[in-house]
Amino acid sequence: MYSSLIITNNIHSWVLSLMPAAVTGITEMMMIAMIYLTVFAVLGLFLVLMERKVAAWFQLRIGPNRVGFFGMFQTIADALKLLSKELTGTDKADKFLYNLAPYFLIISSLMALAVFPFSENLQAFDINIGIFFLIAISSIGVIGVLLGGWSSNNKFALIGAMRSGVQTISYELSVGLSLLTMILLTGSLQLSEIIEVQKSGWLIVQGHIPAVIAFMIYMISGTAETNRAPFDMVEAESELGAGFHTEYSGMKFAYFFLAEFINMFIIAAIGTTVFFGGWLSPFGITESIPWLGVFWFLLKAFALVFLMMWFRWTFPRLRVDQLLTLEWKYLLPINLFNIVLMAIIVWLNFTIQF
Amino acid sequence: MSYFSDIYHGIQTLLTGMGVTGKYFLNSRKGAITQQYPDNRDTLKMFERFRGEVVMPHDENNEHSCTGCQKCEIACPNGSIEIIWDRQVDPETGKKKKMIDKHIYHFGMCTQCGLCVDACPSDAIKWAPNFENAVYDRSQLTRVLNKPGSKVRAGVE
Repeated sequence: MYSSLIITNNIHSWVLSLMPAAVTGITEMMMIAMIYLTVFAVLGLFLVLMERKVAAWFQLRIGPNRVGFFGMFQTIADALKLLSKELTGTDKADKFLYNLAPYFLIISSLMALAVFPFSENLQAFDINIGIFFLIAISSIGVIGVLLGGWSSNNKFALIGAMRSGVQTISYELSVGLSLLTMILLTGSLQLSEIIEVQKSGWLIVQGHIPAVIAFMIYMISGTAETNRAPFDMVEAESELGAGFHTEYSGMKFAYFFLAEFINMFIIAAIGTTVFFGGWLSPFGITESIPWLGVFWFLLKAFALVFLMMWFRWTFPRLRVDQLLTLEWKYLLPINLFNIVLMAIIVWLNFTIQF
Repeated sequence: MSYFSDIYHGIQTLLTGMGVTGKYFLNSRKGAITQQYPDNRDTLKMFERFRGEVVMPHDENNEHSCTGCQKCEIACPNGSIEIIWDRQVDPETGKKKKMIDKHIYHFGMCTQCGLCVDACPSDAIKWAPNFENAVYDRSQLTRVLNKPGSKVRAGVE
C-alpha cells in the first residue's frame, strides 16, 4: 500500500484529485482488495488446471486438452458452470452456519495473501508481525471447515470436519515451530525484513542442517494443514464422499475448492519467503531489474506447489492414528530439538553467509 | 533404538517412491497411454486379446470350418448361440453328415466371456476387435455368422 512504484504513485495522485484525503485511503484499500481478489481467483483456477495436468502426467495420461489451447480454459469453463448451478442444501441444515462456512474459509485464505512481498515494492500490507499473522490467519480456516461439516447435517461431512479439526490443530504446532526455527536466524517476524536478511544467502543455505530439517518438517506439516493427500482424510473420497463439503453445491462448493488451492499456494509462498529468499534472484543475477522479483517469487512458489503435487500423486493416504503418531511422536520432538540446534548455531555464529 | 532407524527408513522409502513417480512424470510425453478416441479413429488398432464380438472367419472360397458340433452352443452360459442344422448327404463321400444351416449369434445377450471360442474344437469362431457395436434396433444384434451359400471346408471333421 505504501509502495513507491510509479504506477501506484500515479493512481494515488489521481484518486487524491477526485476526493478528500480521508476517503482516499479507504478507496485505495478497496481497489487493492479488488485487484487481489481478481488476481488470486485467476491464480486459483490456474492451480486447479496445473493440478489436473500434473496429475495426468504422473499417471501417464494426457489431461484436459479440449477447452482452449491445451485445455487452458478448462477450469474457467468449470467455474462458469459452477456459477450457473443451483445452490442446494440439506433440509435440516443449520442454514445460517451452513451459508457462513464457505466465507470463513475463502476470506481467511485471501487475508493471508495480503502480507506477502511479491516483489521489492509489491506488498499490500507490510505488517511487523508478518509470520505470526500468517500462522494466526491460517488457523481461522479450520473454523470454516468445522462449521461446514457440523451444520450440513450429514454424517460424512461431520466425520470429515472432525478429522480436519484433529489434523489442523496438531499440525499447526509443527508449522509454527518450524517457522520459529527460521525466525531465530532472521530475528524479525516482518516478511520484508526476513527477505532483507536473505540478501546474504537464502535462509536454507544460511542455516544449513537445521534449516533443511525445518524445511522438511514445514513441507510435511504444510501439506497436512492444507488437507491434501497423503493427509487428505478430511475429504477422503473412498471413505467420506467429499468430506466436509459433501452437501455444498454451486458457488459455495467453488469457494471451498478455490480456498483449498489458494491455501496450497500460501503454504508454498510462506516456504518461498522464509526458506528460499522470496523475490530475491539466485546469486543476485537480476538485481538491476526489480520487477523480475515477481517472476522469481512465482517460480519458487510454483516449484514448491509442484513438490506438494508430487507428494499427492506418490504417497498413499495415512490413517488417523498414523497421522497423529507422525505429528506427536516424530515431527514435534524433532522440531523442538531442531530449535535448540538452530539456537546453538546462531549463538556460535556457525551460519553460512556470503 | 528403532526410533531413528524408523525415521531413516521412512525418508528413504518416501524418496524411492518419489523417484518412481518422478520417472513416470518425465516420461509422460512419450508414454501417455490415453487414446484420444474419436480423433484417432483411422489409426486406432485394438490390441490382440481384445474381445469385441464373435465372428466366423471365411476363406476366399466362402468356406468356414464349423462342423456344427454344437459345443459352443452348450458352452454358452446364457444361450447367445443358436445353431440350426440338419443331416445332409455329403456330395464327395456320399455319406450323411451333420451340417449347419445357420449359426445364429445373439450379440445382445453375449457377455464376451469367451467360453464358446475356447470350446470350439476346429477354431471356427474367434474374437474380432470391433468395438463400435451400437445399433439403433435390437434386431440388428441377432447375427447369422455363416455367410449365405458357405460350406464347411474339406478336411475339417
